[in-house]
Amino acid sequence: MGLYIARRLLQAIPLLFIISVIVFILTSEMGDPLAAFGGGRRSLRSEDRERLTRQLGLDKPVWFQYIVWVAGNDWMKVDLDGDGVADSAGTRKGVLRGDFGTSFTTRQPVLEMIKERLPNTLLLMLTSEIVIVVFSLAIGLTSALKQYSAFDHAVTAFSFIGYSMPIPLLALGLIYVFSVYFRRWGLPYLPTGGMFEPSAGPSWQQTAWHMVLPVTAISLITIAAYSRYIRATMLEVISQDYIRTAHAKGLTGRYVVTVHALKNAALPLVTLIGLELPFLLAGAVVTESIFAWPGMGRLFYDHTTRSDFPVLMGIIMIIAVTVVVFQIITDVVYTFLDPRIRYD
Amino acid sequence: MATTNDPLDARAADALSDRPPLTPGQMAWRRFRRHRMAMFGLGLLILLLLYVLVGSLIFTEKYANYNDIAIKLRPPSAAHPFGTDAVGRDVLARTIYGGQISLMIGLAAVAVALVVGTTVGALSGYYGKWVDSILMRITEAMLCIPQLFLLIVAAKFLSDKIRNFELLGRQMSGGVIIIILIVGLDSWMVLARIVRSQFLSLKQRDFILAARCIGASNRAIIVRHILPNTLAPIIVNATLGVAAAILTEAYISFLGLGVRQPTATWGNMLEDTNKFLDTAPWLWFFPGLMILLTVLAINFVGDGLRDALDPRSRPV
Repeated sequence: MGLYIARRLLQAIPLLFIISVIVFILTSEMGDPLAAFGGGRRSLRSEDRERLTRQLGLDKPVWFQYIVWVAGNDWMKVDLDGDGVADSAGTRKGVLRGDFGTSFTTRQPVLEMIKERLPNTLLLMLTSEIVIVVFSLAIGLTSALKQYSAFDHAVTAFSFIGYSMPIPLLALGLIYVFSVYFRRWGLPYLPTGGMFEPSAGPSWQQTAWHMVLPVTAISLITIAAYSRYIRATMLEVISQDYIRTAHAKGLTGRYVVTVHALKNAALPLVTLIGLELPFLLAGAVVTESIFAWPGMGRLFYDHTTRSDFPVLMGIIMIIAVTVVVFQIITDVVYTFLDPRIRYD
Repeated sequence: MATTNDPLDARAADALSDRPPLTPGQMAWRRFRRHRMAMFGLGLLILLLLYVLVGSLIFTEKYANYNDIAIKLRPPSAAHPFGTDAVGRDVLARTIYGGQISLMIGLAAVAVALVVGTTVGALSGYYGKWVDSILMRITEAMLCIPQLFLLIVAAKFLSDKIRNFELLGRQMSGGVIIIILIVGLDSWMVLARIVRSQFLSLKQRDFILAARCIGASNRAIIVRHILPNTLAPIIVNATLGVAAAILTEAYISFLGLGVRQPTATWGNMLEDTNKFLDTAPWLWFFPGLMILLTVLAINFVGDGLRDALDPRSRPV
């Protein structure tokens, strides 16, 4: 097993290399980072622009910028004052030594910007994931145990509609009903966006209240997909011989379902969740922008419009590393949950 | 006897009669026809196609893009059944022309994904060794990046790099091509993996050995012998892919990185409508509903096709 994990980790290196090259080429060539420099309040004079281009190393070819991004530039002379002569030592350490660089627009270290947003995104996405797992397990199980009942048909219809639902329609529809109309009818209404009322100030009650609609919007669509999936695995499991044996030896229906059937039916779900968890770090770009939630998706989107590529590279690489690590963890955990699977 | 619904009876009746046995295509159509949801989806899809095609005979594109600030943000009325948008354009006419573009983007993006995915999967599965290692690492790399992030970056990367052009007598924004390219190039990975796994198992079979013995070239084996046997999962994947592509277009356009105005798509009609959330709900409701109905219809058809063509591949 140790050997297997080591081999997987080694294989991850070229993978991460390919990811970083693809994204670096795309992000570093996608626009003019200086157009929004320092917040973009005033446009730069042409001599300032030239100086800044040299100071930030943007005058160098892409491959050279990539090397600096990976390995830093403290081992070579760079042009810090922007006079066209490379005469001072660089200060960047490069990604391999944990330095993701600084944002072009805010001049903050990328890692700090990410750390600021990550808790917001995790709060929203982990809550959604818990809601998703609980509801899709409950709905999927009931639906499988009562196959072809009215409930089952309703769930099938709901899941097809939910799965086909464009997020903007769902999110705007939810706001329209629960914020706009509830307010009009004098009912307690839900807030439309943000994490707290400016007048009330930040508090956990405010945050929880503001999370209701975005969590609902994110969860509904995924519950639709997962509950169908669980229904299918559950149907397959309860038609197996060992379930009939369990019934035959007199166990209660409830015990057979929860202990014998659910254990096996939930196995594919473990893989599904394990592979999806790291993508939660990315947040939900569309949902976050509708509900004005200050998360990673919004951070990524805002800095794309400003061509701020150190931030984009930082976000994508952190997610990519998490994805790769979680893939390995999922595969390893699976061998504990299902001893029939061996990798050696 | 011949009209019975039980497949076994039907097959027995066929075996007894003098009629030639059913082709695989006829058998698939028979299974598809019995799938009620798939037939409903097909019907809905035909209605939607009629809507965007017949509608363009009633309204001209000029009318759909004609803005009259005097009648902006009018609620649905007899003159404008779906209301007017923030610059006074008729929303009904725009859902018709936007639908044409959205459907075209969906189909063309899947065509791009089909070509790339099938080629990568076939080469990777057939040749194996280093070809497989390189192509599969790239596939995995693409799968490790959150899809919408990659799309946002690619949309920004390509924006303004393709000029407007004329097609079928209509002025097309270069943005349409960009969206087709980025959605297509971002959704071939799953297909490549399916095709690869099919190739891995099929290339070991005896009929491939036989083809090799009579001197068939690698190209002929890939294209004429193996590929036709992988068509079922490819067709199912492509159908469901059209639905996913239409949704993806909507998300990129909603974020303001899609096709530019005045060319309408269902996606860019949603752009900025959250500003008019409560004052003009018809702005987001009608395009959103069109997307929902189309994606729903295509998903129904795709589900039916899976049962009809490829019953064993149901997800678990």
